[in-house]
Amino acid sequence: MGDSTTINCVKHIETYVDSSSSKSPAQQDESLDAIAKLLMNDMITLESLVRELGMYLTTTDHIIRARGILLLAELLTRISSKPLETATIHSLIGFFAERLSDWRALRGALVGCLALMRRKGDISNTDASAVAQSFMQNLQVQSLGQHDRKLCFEILECLIDCYPDTVLTMGDDFVYVICEAIDGEKDPQCLLLTFHLVEILAQLYPDSSTSLASYAEDLFNILGSYFPIHFTHPKGEDDVKREELSRALMLAFASTPLFEPFAIPLLLEKLSSSLPSSKVESLKYLSHCTIKYGAKIMLQHFQPLWSSLKDAIFTSEQSDSNKILSEALVLLQNLIHQDNGEFVNLIIKDADVNMTLKSLSNYKIHDDIKHRLKTIVQILYVSTSSSIASCNAIFQSFFSELVNGLEKNSLSENPNFGYLYICGELLAACRNLVMKNDETFSINYNNETWCDILQRFCSSLTFSFVKSMKESNEDVYSQLGVKGLKILALFPGNFSPVSKSTFEDILGEFISIIILNFKNTSLWGCVLNALIEIGSFIEKSHDHEKMPSFDVIVVKKTVDLLSLDNLTMPFSLKVKLVSEIGMINLKYMMKIVEELNKAIVTSLQKSWSDGNSKSIEHAMILLECYDEKILPWFQNVKDSDDVAVNFALKIWDQIEDSTLVCDTLVEKKLLETTMNTMKHAVANCSEESQSKILDKAFNILSLTFQVNESNLVKPKDEWIISLFDSVIIALHPKTNIKNPKKILEFLMRSLINGHTSSAHALGSLFNKIELKEEIDIAFSHLTSFENDGFALGGLAWMGKGLLMRGHEKVKDVIKFFLNFLILDSQKDEELIRGVADSFGIMMSDSDVCLNKRLHAVIRPLYKQRLFSIVMPVLQSAIVKSESPITRSMLHRALAHVISNTPLTAVLGEAKKIIPLMLDGLTILSEDVQNRDIVYNLLLVLSGILTDKKGQEAIVENAYIIIRCLNKLVVYTHMMLVRETAIQCLTAMSDMPYSRVYPFRQEVVQTLSKALDDPKRSVRQEAVKCRQAWASISSRSLHI
Amino acid sequence: MAPALINANPVVYEKKERPARSRPGDAFSHHIRDIKDPEHPYSLEELKVITEDAIEVDDKRSYVRVTFTPTVEHCSMATVIGLCLRVKLMRSLPSRFKVDIKVAPGTHATEDAVNKQLNDKERVAAALENPNLVDMVDECLTPSYE
Repeated sequence: MGDSTTINCVKHIETYVDSSSSKSPAQQDESLDAIAKLLMNDMITLESLVRELGMYLTTTDHIIRARGILLLAELLTRISSKPLETATIHSLIGFFAERLSDWRALRGALVGCLALMRRKGDISNTDASAVAQSFMQNLQVQSLGQHDRKLCFEILECLIDCYPDTVLTMGDDFVYVICEAIDGEKDPQCLLLTFHLVEILAQLYPDSSTSLASYAEDLFNILGSYFPIHFTHPKGEDDVKREELSRALMLAFASTPLFEPFAIPLLLEKLSSSLPSSKVESLKYLSHCTIKYGAKIMLQHFQPLWSSLKDAIFTSEQSDSNKILSEALVLLQNLIHQDNGEFVNLIIKDADVNMTLKSLSNYKIHDDIKHRLKTIVQILYVSTSSSIASCNAIFQSFFSELVNGLEKNSLSENPNFGYLYICGELLAACRNLVMKNDETFSINYNNETWCDILQRFCSSLTFSFVKSMKESNEDVYSQLGVKGLKILALFPGNFSPVSKSTFEDILGEFISIIILNFKNTSLWGCVLNALIEIGSFIEKSHDHEKMPSFDVIVVKKTVDLLSLDNLTMPFSLKVKLVSEIGMINLKYMMKIVEELNKAIVTSLQKSWSDGNSKSIEHAMILLECYDEKILPWFQNVKDSDDVAVNFALKIWDQIEDSTLVCDTLVEKKLLETTMNTMKHAVANCSEESQSKILDKAFNILSLTFQVNESNLVKPKDEWIISLFDSVIIALHPKTNIKNPKKILEFLMRSLINGHTSSAHALGSLFNKIELKEEIDIAFSHLTSFENDGFALGGLAWMGKGLLMRGHEKVKDVIKFFLNFLILDSQKDEELIRGVADSFGIMMSDSDVCLNKRLHAVIRPLYKQRLFSIVMPVLQSAIVKSESPITRSMLHRALAHVISNTPLTAVLGEAKKIIPLMLDGLTILSEDVQNRDIVYNLLLVLSGILTDKKGQEAIVENAYIIIRCLNKLVVYTHMMLVRETAIQCLTAMSDMPYSRVYPFRQEVVQTLSKALDDPKRSVRQEAVKCRQAWASISSRSLHI
Repeated sequence: MAPALINANPVVYEKKERPARSRPGDAFSHHIRDIKDPEHPYSLEELKVITEDAIEVDDKRSYVRVTFTPTVEHCSMATVIGLCLRVKLMRSLPSRFKVDIKVAPGTHATEDAVNKQLNDKERVAAALENPNLVDMVDECLTPSYE
């Protein structure tokens, strides 16, 4: 060892041992770490360190001795991963064990013992025994402080965990010491340890003849006093949770059957208490104990257990979140699951249960489901689904009687509610039982008693359920019928009691309801859901026996429905039914898609040829269903590209062959729907399929236009152009486009002719496909029509496409628009307004095109980019502008930009923007046409007002803001503007007192007008706001 | 020691539902029902100091009359409650309304004096000059629910 190291080491030791206040705990920790590092790196040996420590360990100064021993102990904890020589360990543990008698320096001794004891394998049994002996002789655990007690418990825990043989040789004494140590403990952290101590101690003495037996009662008396765990101070300062403690105590309770004679009576007693939390706890503990102790031991308690359990269930309130009830049912299930028949017998023989079942015919009033009946049914449900034996027993004793009762009563007008309900629940319970076991291993149930019984009554049950489903006028009865039938149909295929013919009958009944009984919407929906559930179950369990029946009876019939015209069933219901059934699996879906395609084709053709309003309606329903349900469903299916492709191609085929004549308003709607569906169908296709569709569409388009170059207004042409636009809008950026120039030409031509969808297509084309010269050509072409609103609209969409892509050319577009606004005040006002609105087009998100679903290329932060380009120009232009029209139009453009920019970006520029915004609000509010823009702008202002970052700018401009808001409070054209303005004023009252107080009078006066507003919500806001401003004055008294 | 409460243990009643109303007059009960009692943490509605029937509104003639019932006959808080009602209505109603506030006949020992005090413009104005009173009123008017 080098001298410098020694000096260094000694310095650290002195720092640590020094008890005067000159050294902070952090410094002492640092020196501890430093020494530990030296030891770990073998710079010094443990022996030499002990020699250095020397006096510190044995001095008669208690404080220094305590620090010295603690230093050594802490070091041992820190180098626990470093192997040490046996002799060293032996002498160290001897030292620490002996030090346990030194109560003035106890902490170090405890820490040291623990650190060494945890080196399992390095410590011989004699050493461990020496520690234990010294512990037993010297320590009175409960007289120590909290942290020392915790260390003591950890030592005991370590002894039991690592040195069980040593502990066993000590026998009774050790158990006694533990009893003594844990008696009266109150600290949650220590309690957690003590509970665990008892648990592992019990595991150490598994049989009842050992020393634990004699102490079992004492031990349990100590433990039992903690039950149920309850904190008098709900928010304890340490982080031990009540749940954690409760769980530890539960494990301790259930650790050994020796506790049973004391634990069960205690738990039963607490179960009868009126405190809900103690009831829940008792039930939880009882459940766990039942599992751990085993049925044999629990047998003697069955009688009292059942009666208290029944009490708890009956007195608890019926609701889903009722913890007592759910825990009680868990306990019931555990009890039945554990034993073989005894407990179920108690239930079967129970007077209350029998009484209720006998008096079932009294339960006539369905809407007040009697609490008692529901409880009994719950008990029976749990008992039935717990085990096969219990299921047998319950079926044997009750089922035949119940079915007979049901049958007898079904002759009357309304079947009896009680029987219907209870039979359904029992069926559900045994299905639950079958399904539970089905997942792990397959049992042949067919020899079980309950299966025989069920088989015998199956047909009469089905009959009664069908009867109540069909004939009852009340929803409750018919739905119970549907539920019963559904459960019968949901038994797995290899389950014989419900035969295949029964299954088919049930499906047939369901379908007849679907076809004939569509007027009763709740029943119809209920049956449809049942069918879907049955279908999905068959699909999930790969049931080959039932699958064909379902195919024939349900799927084929529903598919046929689509083409049948003569039924009274509404077409929308048919489409709904078909699409829902189709979603069960791919096979059905493909069949249904085929049928839907056919239906779409026929209805489209009809509506084209004669404009029949009914066919138009049908076509729209079908297309909407395709758009909303079928296409999204296929997105989750792999390799389903062809569905969308086929659909798109088919529509193009139709349009090619058709001779379209009609052109009505209804048809415009149909065209819109078709476009939407076309867009989404094309968007769902892969790149190759898209180019295939595009080719076809382009061919048809060019053919049509070769034939009639001159006349463009024919309805068929409009359809072709619009659908072609839809295809372009939905293209993928990577799709190969063969002749972009020609397409562009077409789009430009139709755009000038007034097709707005062509503008969308143009924007999408420039957004997705890399074109160089074409952009310039299109730009100069469109700008040459500067007095044409359509061309300018096209330019706006083109600008949006380029902006989202991040293309440089967008600057030219923006420059053109800005120049248009600033320079040309001579032009038509409508035209200028259109140009101002094109900023709105560029900034806002659109549903029709250029969004994520339609594969737009979207650069992040593109809105912020436009904001930063346009802001300075508009700002200076507004300041310079002289004509009021130009000024108002510039403000309109600016408002579009501001209200569409993310708030965080606006906040960054708040100081500059707020005066502009207020100017804009004042100018724009003069014209009714601007009211939506005013509202949007006001929303941005309220956003700035409520954000912390905006406060500074608001305070600076407080007066002009308040003046502007005061005007808007009486804005006549829009209620929302008034309401928001008042809310903003309320927010303003929170600004620093000195800034806003001067305006109080003015605001209160303005608000008195708003108090008489014709709209109620405005008046209410005004009252709140006036209250806020009026009470500003009295707040001054507190400052 | 704090002065003893005048009515230490008042009877507390349930709050009524708040239906969405369309008539403007009914909104008034929404303005004053949530005023807090000066002594207790309950609203005037909960103490049945004010009921819906005790408020009479005539929107066309711009007239409002509120009749309130103090919890005990000798309640010295009656004037403060009345003042709260007046201030709240002043803040909540358009200025065209004339507001009359009265103690229900036979429910207070010095009924006439209280009525006179509450409907005297000068006296109300003077009371509102008193910072302590305004503070007390404002505390009662602090919205307790949103």
